[in-house]
Amino acid sequence: MATEQENLEQLVNRRYEHGFVTDIATESLPPGLDEGVIRAISARKNEPEFMLEWRLRAYRQWLDMKEPEWAHVHYPPIDFQDISYFAAPKSDEDRPKSLDEVDPKLLETYDKLGIPLHERARLAGVAVDAVFDSVSVATTFKEKLSEAGVIFCSFSEAVREHPELVRKYLGSVVPQRDNFYAALNSAVFSDGSFVYVPKGVRCPMELSTYFRINAANTGQFERTLIVADEGSYVSYLEGCTAPMRDENQLHAAVVELVALGDAEIKYSTVQNWYPGDEEGKGGIYNFVTKRGDCRGANSKISWTQVETGSAITWKYPSCILRGDNSVGEFYSVAVTNNYQQADTGTKMIHIGKNTSSTIVSKGISAGRAQQAYRGLVRVMPQAQGARNHTQCDSLLIGKECGAHTFPYMEIKNPGAKVEHEATTSKISANQLFYCRQRGISEEDAVNLIVNGFCKEVFKELPMEFAVEAQALLSVSLEGAVG
Amino acid sequence: MLQIKDIHATIGGSEILRGLSLDVAAGEVHAIMGPNGSGKSTLAQVVAGHSDYEVTAGSVTYRDIDLLDLEPEERAREGIFLGFQYPVEIPGVNNAVLLRSALNAKRKHQGLDEIDAFEFLKLAKEKMAMLGMDPKFLNRGVNEGFSGGEKKRNEILQMAMLEPSLAILDETDSGLDIDALRAVAEGVNALRSPDRAIVLVTHYQRLLDYVEPDHVHVLSEGRIVRSGDKTLALELEDKGYDWVREAANG
Repeated sequence: MATEQENLEQLVNRRYEHGFVTDIATESLPPGLDEGVIRAISARKNEPEFMLEWRLRAYRQWLDMKEPEWAHVHYPPIDFQDISYFAAPKSDEDRPKSLDEVDPKLLETYDKLGIPLHERARLAGVAVDAVFDSVSVATTFKEKLSEAGVIFCSFSEAVREHPELVRKYLGSVVPQRDNFYAALNSAVFSDGSFVYVPKGVRCPMELSTYFRINAANTGQFERTLIVADEGSYVSYLEGCTAPMRDENQLHAAVVELVALGDAEIKYSTVQNWYPGDEEGKGGIYNFVTKRGDCRGANSKISWTQVETGSAITWKYPSCILRGDNSVGEFYSVAVTNNYQQADTGTKMIHIGKNTSSTIVSKGISAGRAQQAYRGLVRVMPQAQGARNHTQCDSLLIGKECGAHTFPYMEIKNPGAKVEHEATTSKISANQLFYCRQRGISEEDAVNLIVNGFCKEVFKELPMEFAVEAQALLSVSLEGAVG
Repeated sequence: MLQIKDIHATIGGSEILRGLSLDVAAGEVHAIMGPNGSGKSTLAQVVAGHSDYEVTAGSVTYRDIDLLDLEPEERAREGIFLGFQYPVEIPGVNNAVLLRSALNAKRKHQGLDEIDAFEFLKLAKEKMAMLGMDPKFLNRGVNEGFSGGEKKRNEILQMAMLEPSLAILDETDSGLDIDALRAVAEGVNALRSPDRAIVLVTHYQRLLDYVEPDHVHVLSEGRIVRSGDKTLALELEDKGYDWVREAANG
């Protein structure tokens, strides 16, 4: 595939053709990474000393680490010295002035997804006055949360306002040297979200990045930390069904969840970053580390994800089931079309007694896309009565795509009950003809079959997210058959 | 209603239909019989528009529309229904969802509003009672894990819901026990009306004991070699298909 290779090469070099650093050089750091850059990032963000020290420690460890190569994805090498690690938000002059200047294809997609007009402008990066309808909504929202004692703010704000909480929990789930990208993120993270739910509080609403003011431009190294104190509950929604344009090609986020005794965290993601064009050009590389720690007894962490975007996805939301009777869940729908590649799955580490985990993974591949499910279930010797059920299904559309399953099981307690089921199926020409003979168009037939396939995961999503996710799937698979 | 004129059709390069002509008028029931490989199923698939079959000559007209110009879903919305010989399983897709999507696709085509959930359920339960089907069928995956008889009943249920103008049933009787056969026959008879036509593709006479045809045609090597009334079917039952073949060649 010479053209594919060329395209990917082009895409790696692309950012710099546009030279986004030049005009606003005073606000951005030149490409390259060393201790000076990290000190500069920390200084710009007015961080306390401990934060700088933490970043530097991460950086020194990162220097010794190697980029992982085991994932079933292919891309040209990334030159980490060729990336700018601090870029101020694009100034208004660089942005499209109105929706008329935005790629009509992108607008068409927004239309299909039913996204409100003012939202379209924000998503497409149009320079608009900061007075959105959503600002007033966000204010009421903040008031309600503070009444309940819930802290929900940007990560930078948390570092300044709640240093004791950040210090206590940051890196306690994903240590700095956990993996290459996590170490890089720890050194240079730009911003992200912070949530703390106090003891016994049930967060009065679903938390969504959508409502966090200053959510825009969190940059390519996002950092999220959610702490649910004893007996509390929180549901967090990440992302947006609308395709997000981003000039940064490499994204390496870290998400840490901590659930103390009897606490529950539900984390739902709909990820729809730009996957590149039909030939795979220009898409985002998404290398994410997401992990939850069920630290206390009877705690529960549940990951639900719908992944349709990015050129390359490398992502394994995991649960460490430390507390006795703790519960970990992973529900995933991953869609890859055209030249997209995804290597995704989960890890369930059973440490506490009577811990249980459920994995339901639904992979859909179309076009020339390649997709891998990689799942680890590890039961430690002390985890008496541990149980896991894994169900891993792949659906192929067309002849040129692929699905691969890599289940790993390390069972060190003989009493553990671990089940794994896997299936691979195709949307057959006969299924499509059957539906069409009943008057259903080919596109609707594909949607019907795909939605049927994903049903178990969609029912885990918050209601309105589930409806959006269905619409998103049909847009992502448009033209996949035919 | 349906005029097939001197049609030739191939699959994978080999010719199956070799100059077949057939006229079906509204209100009539036709039975197409013939030995295996004579082209019975091909005829059904060609009328429904399966893309594996290529029509190389001839014409198919349905209510003055050139059928060969239409996509399979357009033909269906115009009122053509094919009861499949081997109904396909679609795991995870609820039977009710498929039925409702199909019904609404047709209603939309006719400029009608979508059927609401209560009305749909009422209609479906009514038809299922007629066919002796458990209402639980609605919540199962389409044909998923159905027995042979259940699949065929499900085809008849879909037909009863969609109320086609032209129904072609491809060996709907094969593999049915006597109760299922009766239920299917009742479903077909309930649909008989002056403005509807039904084409039964069948290998055996026994369905015709329950659904009495107006015309019987015998297919051999891609052509209709004999046509007659219902007595022709009985004659075939007696003498077997060799007799037809010899008659056709001689």
